Amino acid sequence: MKPFTTLTGVAAPLDIMNVDTDMIIPKQYLKTIKRTGLGTGLFSEMRYKEDGSDNPEFVLNKPAYRKAEILVAGDNFGCGSSREHAPWALLDFGIRCVISTSFADIFYNNCFKNGILPITVSQADLDKLMDDARRGANATMTIDLPSQEIRGPDGGVVKFEIDSFRKHLLLNGLDDIGLTMEKSSAISSFEQKLSTSRPWA
Amino acid sequence: MAQSSAPRTLYDKIWDDHVVDTQPDGTCLLYIDRHLIHEVTSPQAFEGLRMAKRKVRAPQKTLAVVDHNVPTSDRSKGIEDPESRTQVETLAENAREFGIEYYNELDKRQGVVHIVGPEQGFTLPGTTIVCGDSHTSTHGAFGALAHGIGTSEVEHVLATQTLIQAKAKNMRITVDGQLPAGVTAKDIILAIIGEIGTAGGTGHVMEYAGEAIRSLSMEGRMTICNMSIEGGARAGLVAPDEKTYAYLKDRPKAPKGMAWDMALAYWKTLFSDEGAHFDREIRLDAANLPPIVTWGTSPEDVVSITGTVPTADTGHSDQKKAAIQRALDYMGLKGGEKITDIKLDRVFIGSCTNGRIEDLRAVAKVVDGKKVASTVSAMIVPGSGLVKLQAEEEGLDKIFKAAGFDWREPGCSMCLAMNADKLAPGERCASTSNRNFEGRQGFKGRTHLVSPIMAAAAAIEGHFVDVRTWA
Repeated sequence: MKPFTTLTGVAAPLDIMNVDTDMIIPKQYLKTIKRTGLGTGLFSEMRYKEDGSDNPEFVLNKPAYRKAEILVAGDNFGCGSSREHAPWALLDFGIRCVISTSFADIFYNNCFKNGILPITVSQADLDKLMDDARRGANATMTIDLPSQEIRGPDGGVVKFEIDSFRKHLLLNGLDDIGLTMEKSSAISSFEQKLSTSRPWA
Repeated sequence: MAQSSAPRTLYDKIWDDHVVDTQPDGTCLLYIDRHLIHEVTSPQAFEGLRMAKRKVRAPQKTLAVVDHNVPTSDRSKGIEDPESRTQVETLAENAREFGIEYYNELDKRQGVVHIVGPEQGFTLPGTTIVCGDSHTSTHGAFGALAHGIGTSEVEHVLATQTLIQAKAKNMRITVDGQLPAGVTAKDIILAIIGEIGTAGGTGHVMEYAGEAIRSLSMEGRMTICNMSIEGGARAGLVAPDEKTYAYLKDRPKAPKGMAWDMALAYWKTLFSDEGAHFDREIRLDAANLPPIVTWGTSPEDVVSITGTVPTADTGHSDQKKAAIQRALDYMGLKGGEKITDIKLDRVFIGSCTNGRIEDLRAVAKVVDGKKVASTVSAMIVPGSGLVKLQAEEEGLDKIFKAAGFDWREPGCSMCLAMNADKLAPGERCASTSNRNFEGRQGFKGRTHLVSPIMAAAAAIEGHFVDVRTWA
């Protein structure tokens, strides 16, 4: 996994509440057996017209946001299905940070497994960041994970909270399966106990 | 295993009994007893194992089933769609290579993974169950801690039989009283989601309690726990009781003999202690609930069958007003329409929410001797091969076919429309499934979530009707 330290890039405003994972990556893209190549399907039902051409109204199709790396979105982002294809699609498009007032649990978790940083901020901070994002390509934001702050185009700073273990994994791009496998003797002794306390399980 | 003398919730107890390791920051390694996998969210996990040259730690604790993208038409001659076929074949190949039990599309035990688990007795009280599917919350109806995970976590569980977890908060939803006739478990859960919103349970495990929950069958409890995720909670729970034990006794994978007695003794300790702390409590009265219909594109967009579609100006904030307007536009509604005036093109009965035998029996009762409206195309997709066989043994299929319903093979079908079963743009559907998101049942398709009997009655009349007064 690619480590996440600091990121300076264009932030796209997606001012919609309850952006669900069906919206992020519709089911027709889930038939793949690969993790890569899902960027073309990102937000496809909003991003493309029925004839398959780009919908110029959709934010990521506007020239200013075609290279966006940050998404500023409405409340409860990523609700719905557990499909990890949602963060895979965001990543494949080039988005490595999503900022919202809240995230659905499974999506939030899935982001960290893919080097994407989901940031939760207050409504007042989100309103400010949404305004910044609306100003287009000249208004880049900097996401500084080590110091846990978002720096806006006018020097405004928004601090954010993040779980220390998740921060550690992201900063170092660590594979958590490898970390867990180091605890395999603890798992074995748990299984040993289980075989006497709850053998039916 | 961590034990504390303070009163504990059901969630606390199951959690404590599965902690393998606790880090100084409180992050835990949680043991996973049961793992269900399907064809859509597992291929990349197996690919990851192969790339890292890792094995499956405990193959006997995983069960593989195809469900999401199998066709619901005759599949004895194979699967036509090449991409679906590749995914199904990939699951079969992965199961074979890693030694995992697998139910293929022709196996009578095949079905929606969350219907198969309980049916086989794979789902047991007090166990931890995960699956790369958000509706894994269904299994919580048995008092199992069950939730959806992403594909990276599927890989983590395959490799280590554990998950890295931070403990969630406790939330209890007490449903008092008794449901009136014509009002079902589906209406309870839709009412709850309407009350708390789709982010209301975020960060929590929801325990359902109270007289109305205890009165429900296991099928009804599964319907409730299934949609916990639509209320934002990854897991729902109902404490096991005599109904739970009766449902599980003699199921193929349930413990037998002395193991059953030992399990039962443990299961009887699985309830929230008097005085256990809940971070949030919600109460509602079942006796006051009407049949519920969703009008919009979020499961929280609920309204009584006697009500009207809201208008955008009822939103409490600018964001909410915009969300209502967006949903109205998508749904082809103006706002203000009576729910009973909404006409339908399609009806879908099935899914892990409402595709069990009890659901089909209730539908059969409603449609027996009647005809589906000429303007409606209606399909019934049993939740599993065993549900299908049971229904046919009881003659329910004959009732459905005589009424003009299309009787299909088991699978997820039009709940998420990955296979050929989908809405055409603009089509309006009454669906017993769990999500009414934009495009969920097909590009620009319009979904209204309802109970099975509400869907059945709507199929007959061609528009929504109040099943309490309809005959």
